Amino acid sequence: MNISTIVFLLLSLMAVGSALMMIISKNPVHSVLWLILVFFAISGHYILLNAQFLAVVNIIVYAGAIMVLFLFVVMLMNLNADTEPIKNYRMQLAGICSGGTLLLILVLLTNRMDVEQLVQTNVGDAGLIKNLGMSLFKQYVLPFEISSVLFLSAMIGAVVIGKKEETIDQNTNS
Amino acid sequence: MDIKAYITLSLVLFTIGIIGVLVRRNAIIIFLCVELMLNAVNLLLVAFSKMHALSPVAKASANFASDAQIFVFFIMVVAAAEVSVGLAIIVMMYRNVHTVDINFLNRLKN
Amino acid sequence: MNNTFNLVWLIPTLPLLGFLINGLGRKSLSKSASGLIGSAVVLGSFIISIMTFIQVKQGHTGVIHFFDFLRVSGLKVAFSFQIDQLSSLFLLIITGVGFLIHVYSTAYMHDEEGKDFAKYFAYLNLFVFSMLLLVMGGNFLILFVGWEGVGLCSYLLIGYWYENNNYTDAAKKAFVMNRIGDLGFLLALFWLISKTGSMEYSQVLNAASLAKLTTFDITGITLLMFVGATGKSAQIPLFTWLPDAMAGPTPVSALIHAATMVTAGIYLIARSNILFSSALITQQVITIIGLATAFLAASIALKQNDIKKILAYSTVSQLGFMFLALGTGNYVAAVFHVLTHAFFKALMFLGSGSVIHAMGGEQDIRNMGGLHKHMKVTSITFLIGCLAISGIPGFSGFFSKDEILAGAFGYNTIIYGVALFTALMTAFYMFRLYIITFTGKFRGTHDQEHHLHESPAAMTIPLIILAILSIIGGYIGIPEVLGGHHELAHYLSPIIPTAHHSLSHQTELMLMGLSTALVLGAITFAWIRFRNFKAEQSNGGLSSFLENKWYVDECYEWIIVRPIKKASSLFQHILENRIIDGSVNGVGKLVNYGSRQLRWLQSGQVGAYVLLMVLGMLLLFVIQFFVS
Repeated sequence: MNISTIVFLLLSLMAVGSALMMIISKNPVHSVLWLILVFFAISGHYILLNAQFLAVVNIIVYAGAIMVLFLFVVMLMNLNADTEPIKNYRMQLAGICSGGTLLLILVLLTNRMDVEQLVQTNVGDAGLIKNLGMSLFKQYVLPFEISSVLFLSAMIGAVVIGKKEETIDQNTNS
Repeated sequence: MDIKAYITLSLVLFTIGIIGVLVRRNAIIIFLCVELMLNAVNLLLVAFSKMHALSPVAKASANFASDAQIFVFFIMVVAAAEVSVGLAIIVMMYRNVHTVDINFLNRLKN
Repeated sequence: MNNTFNLVWLIPTLPLLGFLINGLGRKSLSKSASGLIGSAVVLGSFIISIMTFIQVKQGHTGVIHFFDFLRVSGLKVAFSFQIDQLSSLFLLIITGVGFLIHVYSTAYMHDEEGKDFAKYFAYLNLFVFSMLLLVMGGNFLILFVGWEGVGLCSYLLIGYWYENNNYTDAAKKAFVMNRIGDLGFLLALFWLISKTGSMEYSQVLNAASLAKLTTFDITGITLLMFVGATGKSAQIPLFTWLPDAMAGPTPVSALIHAATMVTAGIYLIARSNILFSSALITQQVITIIGLATAFLAASIALKQNDIKKILAYSTVSQLGFMFLALGTGNYVAAVFHVLTHAFFKALMFLGSGSVIHAMGGEQDIRNMGGLHKHMKVTSITFLIGCLAISGIPGFSGFFSKDEILAGAFGYNTIIYGVALFTALMTAFYMFRLYIITFTGKFRGTHDQEHHLHESPAAMTIPLIILAILSIIGGYIGIPEVLGGHHELAHYLSPIIPTAHHSLSHQTELMLMGLSTALVLGAITFAWIRFRNFKAEQSNGGLSSFLENKWYVDECYEWIIVRPIKKASSLFQHILENRIIDGSVNGVGKLVNYGSRQLRWLQSGQVGAYVLLMVLGMLLLFVIQFFVS
């Protein structure tokens, strides 16, 4: 049991535990915060795997920008524990059961596989910024540029959708 | 580290996300769970990239192992775009119906 | 004259033709045409029957085979006619009396509409056809076909005036009771086939085939045949339909319920006498039941007030006498009594029809009286009939009835005593009827009195002919003790082995004298009693018991009809409504319930959709990786 394994286990525990807390907690703000914790754990995993660039980008983009956006919206709508609707217990049970079954089956599947591959941890230049950059701007430059177009369209879309309608009375029929 | 450990971890996170989608009724929380699912997949992809880094092919082509990480990068890009648009939609729905309970957002009926 | 056998097929075919013509053309034929056709075909059959009879008398009998009716593995049943002494005798009775009644009907049914008139004659012809099949058949199956046919025609004719529910109920009652008897008959046939493998008279009714049957077989078969006979010939317990059958037109009562259909049972047993002679238990049963029926019916007739009902119970009683004769082994006497009874009972029924016609539809004798002044022919012929049935020497009934009583005496003295008493009751109630109806003062309304008239010739001539036959019909059976030769017994001897009389001539003479004296006494008693008849109130006790027919119908109602109705209502409510309807409706409810659950699929709830997605994914995984 070397140090990598211990760190892996700790990080996994943190990730899973935070995820569970996220879906359990009543207050949406708390859920967002727990998810941020999950992201930190995953970034930790990335560092363990020596994917430095992704670790940092994960924190900056996901935890820093996306989650903050979520927080904005949650606070905009004044959601807290009281406004949370009461769930139908039968549905909850059905959901948990089916999810659990799915997990079980997938884990069984993985156990069936005769894969004994190892993962390179702590070392390796696959995750270094230099290598990623080279690959990104040489091989994948086209998707890179197109993703900027994607962002543009997303921005326009968000603005258009979020615009306040002139006639507020009538229901939009879609 | 065994790849199976990473697969298992990723699966667990993924199913937690699915359960969250099924169990919660708040649209925003459901969205959060979707993000969790995406992240689980990201983790798996990175693990696979490192797995391939150890294979003989990686010695041949220089960037073989980093392809998966590029993929993860793009997933994040898409996730960001999707979140912005999705949240805009939710805000708009909230303005009309004044609730984010998905049971009331049943315009798909019939 | 062998060529008569070539014409034998015409005997039943002519009435069948009459049925078809009258039945199909009933809307277009005129009344006189349908009456003419209906009567003419029976006359044609009668003429051929005479020719056949003459030939048979000369000793030419035979079985005429037409074609194979049934051919199932091992069992071959042919459509054949057996022309022998017994069947040709019955042929004469059926066609002769039938013809007279057809002629009578043309006048009696005159008030009916054209198509109903033709319908009546069609049914009547169909009846004659079925009855002829019955007696001419060469095997038990053809007999049974005719048996069923006469039952059907009886139903059709009793319910002739179908608008009246009471009449149709009576018709149904007759049919159902017949059917019960028929079941017994069918079982007997099946038993017979299984043991002997054939139904032809020539193969079954001989000593050889008798040897194949055990005593148990013979007793069973004959008992079941007797059950069939009880249904058809109105013996206990299946006799209550006959009085109710008086709902039909009077000529129908005369033909079917006096002269022909009810004698089918006698014919059956007389034909199978070789079987019955070997079944001692059955014979005892027949004797007891025949005697009991005779006594019961006579006692009821003492207190009835409807002219036709009296005659109906009288018929049941006389049939009881015939069965008594069969039971004591005296088959010839039974057939003899069939012959004489056909004459005088048909005569009396037609006479009553004449009275009813004159009284404008009235049937209660308490409202009649003194009709002799207005209807001489009817009155005199009716008197002749009464004398015949009472057994006054010189009339036909005397010879046949005395032969039965003599046979009963030789069998058992007590039975003789009861039979004699019943004969006295017969004379008593018959003359009660005559005296109340035809003598004394008229008790009806003034309108009825003005309407009284003698019936037209078409009705009186058959009466006269039947009256003559009621007198001379007995002379074919003059017993040896009186110097005669008993022609009838000799004639029937190939079919019915002559029974040896166990009584000495002296005893027989004594019995005859005794019965005659007692009968004269009974008639005198009736004359004294009813001479100045006034409608009396019904007195309680025995009178009421008799008047209400011994409450037999009520017993049947409680014992049989009510439980069946209960059971059927039980089936209705539990089986039909709850179980069957429940399951059929249940299927509908199930579909409803199921669709309500399935509606959830399209509820528009996103959560549900996601759940289904997950479940589908699950399913796919399972199938992909675990099953294949």
